[in-house]
Amino acid sequence: MPEFQNVFTRVQVKGPSHIGVELPRGSWERTGKPFHLYLLGLIGDAQIGPIYLGFSGIASAICGFIAFEIIGLNFLASVNWSPAQFVRQLFWLGLEPPAPAYGLHIPPLAEGGWWGIAGFFLTASILLWWVRMYRRAAALGLGSHTSWAFASAIWLYLVLGFIRPLLMGCWCESVPFGIFPHLDWTAAFSLRYGNLFYNPFHMLSIAFLYGSAVIFAMHGGTVLATTRFGSEREVEQIVDRGTAGERAALFWRWTMGFNATFESIHRWGWWFAVLVTLTGGIGILLTGTVVDNWYLWGVKHGIAAPWPNVFPHVVDPATLATGVGK
Amino acid sequence: MNTPIQAALAAVGAAVVVVGGMLLAVTERPPIDGIQRGYRGLGLVQLYNPRFLAEKEAENVIPASLPRLPAAGAKAGVVYKNVQVLKDVSVGNFTRLMASMSNWVAPQVGCAYCHDVNNMASDALYTKVVARRMIQMVQHINSDWKTHVAETGVVCYTCHRGNPVPKNIWFADPGPEGTPGYTPAVGKNHPATVAGITALPLDPFTPFLQGDTNIRVQGPEALPGWNNSSIKQTEWTYSLMMNFSQSLGVNCDYCHNTRAFRDWDQSPPQRATAWYGIRMARDINNNYLGPLAPVFPASRLGPLGDGPKVYCATCHNGVYKPLFGISMAKDFPELTTVSK
Repeated sequence: MPEFQNVFTRVQVKGPSHIGVELPRGSWERTGKPFHLYLLGLIGDAQIGPIYLGFSGIASAICGFIAFEIIGLNFLASVNWSPAQFVRQLFWLGLEPPAPAYGLHIPPLAEGGWWGIAGFFLTASILLWWVRMYRRAAALGLGSHTSWAFASAIWLYLVLGFIRPLLMGCWCESVPFGIFPHLDWTAAFSLRYGNLFYNPFHMLSIAFLYGSAVIFAMHGGTVLATTRFGSEREVEQIVDRGTAGERAALFWRWTMGFNATFESIHRWGWWFAVLVTLTGGIGILLTGTVVDNWYLWGVKHGIAAPWPNVFPHVVDPATLATGVGK
Repeated sequence: MNTPIQAALAAVGAAVVVVGGMLLAVTERPPIDGIQRGYRGLGLVQLYNPRFLAEKEAENVIPASLPRLPAAGAKAGVVYKNVQVLKDVSVGNFTRLMASMSNWVAPQVGCAYCHDVNNMASDALYTKVVARRMIQMVQHINSDWKTHVAETGVVCYTCHRGNPVPKNIWFADPGPEGTPGYTPAVGKNHPATVAGITALPLDPFTPFLQGDTNIRVQGPEALPGWNNSSIKQTEWTYSLMMNFSQSLGVNCDYCHNTRAFRDWDQSPPQRATAWYGIRMARDINNNYLGPLAPVFPASRLGPLGDGPKVYCATCHNGVYKPLFGISMAKDFPELTTVSK
């Protein structure tokens, strides 16, 4: 009897590779001879391949590669093609959107044009990958849950890089490419728009994000802990609850007074994850378009409580006629 | 346990050591003391690591002032030739100040750092011309910028700390040029040592501490229509503020209530002091240090040919008050009033 309460997967099925179910007519062939990797089997399925390429998959990979190359070569150009500096400064390098003066016009390549082209191909790559996910799920006879969840993430991505800049009338409002540059941008975005923490949709997004992690841990922990009683047959236990499901349910009723079911926990997880980026995207979309200063908006709507002021009253020196220092 | 699992565990262990080591290398070892400044429970605290604080305290011990002499006897302007600024100071205290300046600025070389020792009155050395202007600058700061330096004031040592050139100065830095035709040189997206090693703008000084570019980016109204600041512009302000933070060794909330950066009503009073500090730095850079650029030899100039200039860290050296607020200027009244 395998012991499931372990960091690693303890059971690796050794047998002939699984080639996959029959595909509908018109599908491409799966390619590549499958093989097994023991170390990979410790964290997932040991079998690699066969791969299904397909039109959308290949097109997505090509577009993704073009975007990756444009961004990478621009990074390299910004350090005068020095490979050593490229490696050393990699986290700092960036590809910036056009300056505010360009508005929604198409700028020259060196003034943000490369950023636009990279963005176009990255977006094409992501949308094509969504098509691939959707069609692969359909081909296997699966529901489309994962593609709609991915679509929620794409929504946030499109709001940040395309829809909101369009509404603001300026590509300059969009995000730069680059590890630290996009993080600095994120902080600057909140600073410019008066503290994003007072944005109710930002609050919801954070709640769903942290909630997702909690729900994931609760579910994963529950299933691993009750596997010895048969809970790895999760879906069977939805309609035919055995001792694993009963014990898990009782555990949560004891510890927090309420339990999800083997069916509903998956809906909890799916909705929490989907709502992270769905609400986040709404929050970003409203920023700058209908709200300019979230803190002041929070004051106006009673969500930013006044605090007792322990400092002596401070006046903006710019409003004083002090002579020196004007 | 079988061997492959042991091998996998060893691999994971090695990865943990490597990643953990990298994390430790870029983070700061505890303890970290939080000092509450705002209303309780709001996180308006200053964070200090006692280890770093001890280092700072050791670096900021003030040197003993030479004993002051009675302001009697002949005036320096009468006894010595070519005394242009400190004419009305008695010879005794003039000499005392000169000796002090030598200790503060050029302890290794001494008088000869600024003077031709065969003709002390000569202005042949550029350092003497600069030093004269710096005395005027110190007098100006102490008498006209009390809004920032209060009665504590500054002396040469506040910035120089025994170095002929203060440790923290700045030159215009447009950043690496990059390659024509590719991503434009936007003055950022390289390690910005003046702004907490972020990818923020590399030179927040030229626009804000030399020019008087607007620093304020948040709007006064909840709804749009009042504020045209861009996110890119915000990154410049952000870089300047990061520089303030590291120059003074303080967190953002030393001057701001961080839930509403723009709101003066909720700000600690230090913010007003800093506001005058910004104007003071602009004044010094434009009226004292900037115009000295032609006097300096090329080796003292920046890559674009501009002279050395000041920012907060020039005096503050990583401490919220330079020299932890101890006044050296009170021992040198000739530096606290502008000479006629």
